[in-house]
Parts: sequence; structure tokens; C-alpha cells
Amino acid sequence: MSDLQSLYQELILDHSKRPHGFGLIENPSSSSHQLNPTCGDEVTLQLTVVDDRVTAISWEGHGCMISQASASLLAELVNADGFTRSELTERIDGFREMLRSRGTAEPDEDLLGDAAVLSGVSRYSARVKCAMLGWVAAEDALLKI
Amino acid sequence: MTAQPFTPAELSRIRADFPILSESVNGHPLVYLDSGATSQKPRSVLDAERDYYEHRNSAVHRGAHTLAAAATDEFEEARATVARFVGASADEIVWTSNATEGINLVAYALTASLSAGDEIVVTELEHHANLIPWQELAARTGATLRFIPVDDDGALVLDDLESIITERSRIVAFSHVSNMLGTVSPVSLLVARARSVGALTLLDACQSAPHLPLDLHALDVDFAVFSGHKMLAPTGIGVLYGRASALSQLPPFLTGGSMITTVTMERAEYLPPPQRFEAGTQKVSQSIALAAAVDYLGAVGMDRIAAHEHMLGARLVAGLSTIDGVRVLGPTVGASRVGLASIDVRGIHSHDFGQFLDDAGIAVRVGHHCAQPLHRRLGVTSSTRASTYLYSTEEEVDTFLTGVVDAISFFGGSR
Repeated sequence: MSDLQSLYQELILDHSKRPHGFGLIENPSSSSHQLNPTCGDEVTLQLTVVDDRVTAISWEGHGCMISQASASLLAELVNADGFTRSELTERIDGFREMLRSRGTAEPDEDLLGDAAVLSGVSRYSARVKCAMLGWVAAEDALLKI
Repeated sequence: MTAQPFTPAELSRIRADFPILSESVNGHPLVYLDSGATSQKPRSVLDAERDYYEHRNSAVHRGAHTLAAAATDEFEEARATVARFVGASADEIVWTSNATEGINLVAYALTASLSAGDEIVVTELEHHANLIPWQELAARTGATLRFIPVDDDGALVLDDLESIITERSRIVAFSHVSNMLGTVSPVSLLVARARSVGALTLLDACQSAPHLPLDLHALDVDFAVFSGHKMLAPTGIGVLYGRASALSQLPPFLTGGSMITTVTMERAEYLPPPQRFEAGTQKVSQSIALAAAVDYLGAVGMDRIAAHEHMLGARLVAGLSTIDGVRVLGPTVGASRVGLASIDVRGIHSHDFGQFLDDAGIAVRVGHHCAQPLHRRLGVTSSTRASTYLYSTEEEVDTFLTGVVDAISFFGGSR
């Protein structure tokens, strides 16, 4: 698989075209809006928190396939069973570490589920911000709870 | 006889002067179609800067030793060379770091002469550099910022010009060539209207000075700015042109050494333009390199360069217009264009598009090109821009067109 094909795997194209958790809800527990000023990509992401447990992520946004697929993969990961706040923080940190590895980190599917497919982004430093957009929104929303 | 595009032999001689054009990117020969962002540099420009540092480097306008005199002569000769290139006099050329600094210089220097009730006029297609300094000037002075709108195709709407540029207008600032659309503005019409109401004019010539023959005296603007790095010179050097009578009325913007006559502990008196606007250590090697760049452009011939890029631009737009799902931004018929085109591809974000092209060695600009209001007006948040220069070839345009088709097929088209 070429670098480009590994960056744009079928799973990523699918998520960008049919995103999970897309659409905002009324009265979320917390929310965050993030903008990438270099390209205008935007994500508004909401957390639903029940008893210290993040049970759902809902979001809306527009931008490149990487930013949109990444937010979708995060929503899918969280919406399956939910996470405690610290479990979610651990995944956000792990995701960031993978993206900043410049192609050296082994994707950890146990930790990140399908979102590990975004490890190819780490070879393209200009795109790391795109992939982080939704995750930074989740991190910011966690701080606001 | 009208100027002709370059012959294949001429073009290959030009390309041989640019070392970077033989680089490979991601296993492919570099196809550099991002000259609107920054141009590549010929060996003569790189050599001019090195030669200065190796043989004459010294402080200009101070010191009496031989090198200082030689450096000062070369620095001022560079100013005269650049002035001739744009149809100006040497004392009308102020060195700046870039065009953005030139616009800010004028906007700050006008602060004391504007007040509430005055108006500043720009257009809706400006680069952020020719918008935000005017927003800030309006905020500092209480003046009102107005703009000449564009239509759905991105063409300036001139029907209401007389109600936009009025007796209240103090300065009208506009692009000569849109950095996003490549379209040429009706300079004489805008200047005539501004002059009839006594308003100053500032021309953003960043996308025209590198690509079209430019005669600032003939265009009759009061101020103009352009950046060296877009016209074969290094980064860090730009030009503010000011008509002698307009420049002489401006107070200084940055103050300090090199721009004074007499200084006491209480006050200072200032040199006349252009030195009044050149505080501190100057960009000596960069201005010498810019002079070498305009010598190169002049030797090739700006009319030939314009003809070559016009041909490439027409090929670009014609090719793009036949690809399903591609929208060429800006007016496609009837408008005068330089050799660039920005596109929106249905269902594919420009960053993904640019990533695909980069994999094939094709360098283009993606994003909003520092023109967010114009993108918004045309209903897109970002676009992909291919921009040519004198060293660009028809084959490169065709490689880009093939890349566009391949990218659409790779990403699967519309959502």
C-alpha cells in the first residue's frame, strides 16, 4: 500500500462520507468548538456525561476527509460503551502520541479501536492538526465539565 | 507585433536558470504550480546576494571606508533599478520587508489625517493584507470602512461605484490582480473615480508586478506595494511605491536610526522620503537580489512573460472547464486573467486534493489563500489554486489537469 493509500484507507473515506455521531443535540453536558485557521476546518463537539462517565459524543463540522473521519472515529469509539473521563483522556493522549510519532508509533487498536487507522497521518506533519481537531474539541469539552 | 509565448528552446533555457526545478518530489519530477504564493529563484539572483556578501558586505549610509561606500552605491543602484522596472523614480521607492509592511506603513502614517466621517474603500476580493490594516485604521480613527462588492462570479460590481467612492473617501485600496481568481482590476476606472473625489489610491501589485508590465506613473496611483519573493527575489524584501508628492506628506511609521537629520534629547527631525520610512538596518543583500531579479525579468521581457502566462492560464481554465465536478472560481469569460486558476471540486476538500497532487510531485496552494471574505462570497471555505510563472510549461499544466482527474477518481467524487 502506498503512503497515500495508507493515509486515505477505505475506512477513512467511509467515515468521512457517512460520519458517526453527526448532528448536534439539545442540552449536552459540555461542548467545544475548534477551528483550524489555515484551512477553515471546523468541528463543534458535544459530550453527554452521566455519573462521571462520557456516554455519548455528538458533533457537527466541515472540512477535509481527515478531520471529518477523525471526529467520526472518535464518536464511534466513545459511543460503543462510553468511557470514564480518565479513560477518554488516556485515549486522547494516546491518539496524539500516535499522530506525533512521525510514522514510528505502532497503532494501538486495543486503546483506539478503528481510530488506529489514522496512524498514516503521522507521516504527514501538515495533516496532524486536521486529525486532532475533533479530539482537541473533546479534550476541551472534558475540561469544561 | 504582439508578444509571443516562449519557444520550447527559450523555455528550456529559462528553466535551466532555476536549480530547484530539477528537484524530485515523492519520486516524481517537481511540478511547481505555486508561484502565486512564492516564486522560485534563478541562479543570477542567488549569486548576486552571495557576491555581495563575499566582496562588498558593509553597513550602508554610514562609515567612510571603501566597502561601506561600495555597499551604499550598490544598495541605491538597486533602488534605481527597481524604480525603472515599475515606471517610478528612485526616491519614490521605499524598501519594506514585504507588501504587508508597506500597506501597514501607509495605514499607520494616515492615522492622524483621518477622523470620524471619513471613509476608507477596499474591494471584496482583497487579500487579508489589504483588508485588515484598513479595518484597524478605521478602528483607530472612527472612519468607516466600505467595500466594492463582487458578483456571484467574483467580478467587481462597478454599477454603484459613485455611491461607494464619494467625497468622504480618503483612500481607495485595491488589488491590481486578485491572488485567488487571477483577474485584473479596472485600475484606470477606479483611479479616475478616486481622483475625482480627492481620495488617495493604493494599488496592491503583489500579483501584477511579477507577471505583467507595470508602469506606476502611467497608472497614476498614489501608492503601490509588491513583494520581492513573488518575483524571483528572496523573502524579506518588499517595495512601497509612493508618488513623490504623496510620500512627502506622510509622517514616519517606524522611527529610529538612519531616518533622521538632527536628534536632541527632546526631539528629532526627519530625512525626506524614502529614507524617512527606512528606520534601522536595511535589507541590503535582499534589495540587491531584488534588483538582480528585475534585471532577469527585464532581460527576458515582461511582455513575453505575460504572453506566456496568458497562454498557460487559458490552457489551465480550458482544461479544467471540461472536467466534471470542477468549478473554476471567478469569471471564466470576458475577464482578463493572469496564469492562475482556483478551483472547487465537488465533494472533495482542497487539503485532501492537495495531498493527492503532492504525492504526484505537483505543488499547488490549498486553503483560503488569505482571502476568506472572497471565498465566503463565492460559497466555498477553501479552494485549490494552480499558479504559473515564466518557467512553467504546458506539460506541467497538463500534468496538473491529469492529476485533477485522477484525484476525483481516487476520492470517489461527490458525497
